[in-house]
Amino acid sequence: MIAHLPATVLGLAPISAIILSPTGATTRQESSMFTTITLAGQITAQGTRVADHADGRVTISTGLTRLTGWPISRVLRGAFTAALLATLGLTAAPQAAQAESLLNVSYDPTRELYRELNEAFTAHWVAQGNEAPTIEVSHGGSGSQARAVIDGLEAQVVTLALASDIDKIAEAGKLPADWQSKLPNNSSPYTSTIVFLVREGNPKGIKDWGDLINEGVQVITPNPKTSGGARWNYLAAWAWAEKNGKDPKDFVAALYKNVPVLDNGARGSTTTFAQRGIGDVLLAWENEAYLALKEIGEDQFDIVVPSVSVLAEPPVALVEGNIKSDAQRALAEGYLNYLYSPEGQALAFKHFYRAWDTSKANPDDVARFPKLDLVDIASFGGWAKVQPEHFGDGGIFDQIYVPK
Amino acid sequence: MGRPLIHRSPMPGLGLSMGITLTMLSLVVLLPIGALLLKGANFGLAGIWETVNRERVWAALFLSFRLSLFAALFNLVFGVLLAWVLVRYRFPGRRILDAAVDLPFALPTAVAGISLTALYAPNGAFGQLAAEIGWKIAYTQWGIFIALVFVGLPFVTRTVQPVIEEIEREVEEASATLGASRLHTIRHVILPMLTPAALTGFALALARAVGEYGSVIFIAGNIPLLTEIAPLLIIIQLEEFNYDAAAAIGIAMLLISFAMLLVINLIQVWSRRRIGYV
Repeated sequence: MIAHLPATVLGLAPISAIILSPTGATTRQESSMFTTITLAGQITAQGTRVADHADGRVTISTGLTRLTGWPISRVLRGAFTAALLATLGLTAAPQAAQAESLLNVSYDPTRELYRELNEAFTAHWVAQGNEAPTIEVSHGGSGSQARAVIDGLEAQVVTLALASDIDKIAEAGKLPADWQSKLPNNSSPYTSTIVFLVREGNPKGIKDWGDLINEGVQVITPNPKTSGGARWNYLAAWAWAEKNGKDPKDFVAALYKNVPVLDNGARGSTTTFAQRGIGDVLLAWENEAYLALKEIGEDQFDIVVPSVSVLAEPPVALVEGNIKSDAQRALAEGYLNYLYSPEGQALAFKHFYRAWDTSKANPDDVARFPKLDLVDIASFGGWAKVQPEHFGDGGIFDQIYVPK
Repeated sequence: MGRPLIHRSPMPGLGLSMGITLTMLSLVVLLPIGALLLKGANFGLAGIWETVNRERVWAALFLSFRLSLFAALFNLVFGVLLAWVLVRYRFPGRRILDAAVDLPFALPTAVAGISLTALYAPNGAFGQLAAEIGWKIAYTQWGIFIALVFVGLPFVTRTVQPVIEEIEREVEEASATLGASRLHTIRHVILPMLTPAALTGFALALARAVGEYGSVIFIAGNIPLLTEIAPLLIIIQLEEFNYDAAAAIGIAMLLISFAMLLVINLIQVWSRRRIGYV
């Protein structure tokens, strides 16, 4: 039967299923134009036009049956308009958002902090009469994040673990060399320190750095070559040895002899210690240690605060080279200043960072930080000296494993 | 009348297909390797040698290539066995097992590494059993070996499987009627036919294991000289923004891999000549 149809029916749908009765149509016998209509998306049919409907559909006669559908010209026009709108939308949308978007390239343990801080900042920014900005954060190892920015990741703001990583970005010409003097407190809105996380009840009786080199104590710390946090661990041990009249080089060498696993990053070490059950003590960022207590359970671990530790100052900076407009500059500056505002500082305290301004912070968040002797990077001679001397190729850390 | 300079192939489309092939190959393979070699050339041969010729780098290269070789050999034996079982025997669950062979391809390597570590860590399911007999797996070279076996397993099985499907039973039966023992049939009839495909699979598994980073990094302890793999050394150099040294170790790995693959190809050519017909 179908073979005898005078019309071409493209598509495999059964003809009987798509016959529509031309109810309510004004039949115009005089217009016998040959028309192509579309029936069900992909399926088209051709025939003599017999009726036009009020809604724009037409009925065609194929000789045996009558079919009703949208004429193809109209469908094409509709599709063209839709495609045009979509194209415009695709090109226009990022442009409109670009003026008010921000990429913050950060390091690993700040995920929880910036998740909450971005929400608070967006609300604060909108309350000041601006449009809601799009704020994105990228996390990863501090060094690899810096490399991504050098290689062209368009971050307007960097919030990394080490000043030396931002120095590298400055060397690539993306921000001025004196970036660290642009914001208060060495451009560090919050600080942290290194503490010990031990198993519940502290079975090995670890009180201070000196206990870590005891026979049979396993210490978990990431690889200082790949992890910014691990360099602070190493320097804290070094500082304790110096203050207690021990040879710091021998002390850190003995310490790393007790390390069975060198993970690539701070989170990896936390997992090795907490989930895999390796080791007796984890050298951790204070914020990571509290987070592990909160997430994994306070009945499994204890925090031990050593007598000496480091004042780690994770710095933040505006990447001048990646700012595209004044509106974006205002947003980026607003974002960095918000980190220093009482609200931003309160959030930092909440996420276990030692911030500066306690005026809006929850007193409980502030009170949990015990006082201890903190040594900052300047007392080691600054990153420019420490980095090559201790962690560079063939530096003191390498010599622990491969004696010169 | 001179002969035409270019002999046209009777097959049409040579120019077009050749152009597409060369463009794709250049974009995907030759350009990155060229960039690596260029970086090395700028650094200079002396610089490369100085970077590589250190105890720690040699230890890492030796570890990476030694364990990759062991893992590929392990996969060669068990991959052929697995392919044989999957093709020759009918048993319930065969199709599921067959599909599972591809899983190491599909699974993100980091996921594989973390799962293996969770299993083989001293508090994991297998790790606990091993710990009772005083065998440490995770964070030792055993852990690296297991991760490399995991990622390389499908290569041998998948290259050998179609060849086993092609072998007709009559060949074995003929061998038996001529009085050969089963062992003799396997040794002199079956294995020679499988050798070229198995060697290809072995080479692929080896190449994959040498370059593997994602899964190994979680299960290796990453202790210098003991469980530090060569790709990690490259990452460490990159962390120090020392691109030259990273390229130097990369080139050293490339050269060793090239030499190993060349040897495997020569063995393949030799085995093909010996059998003659495969």
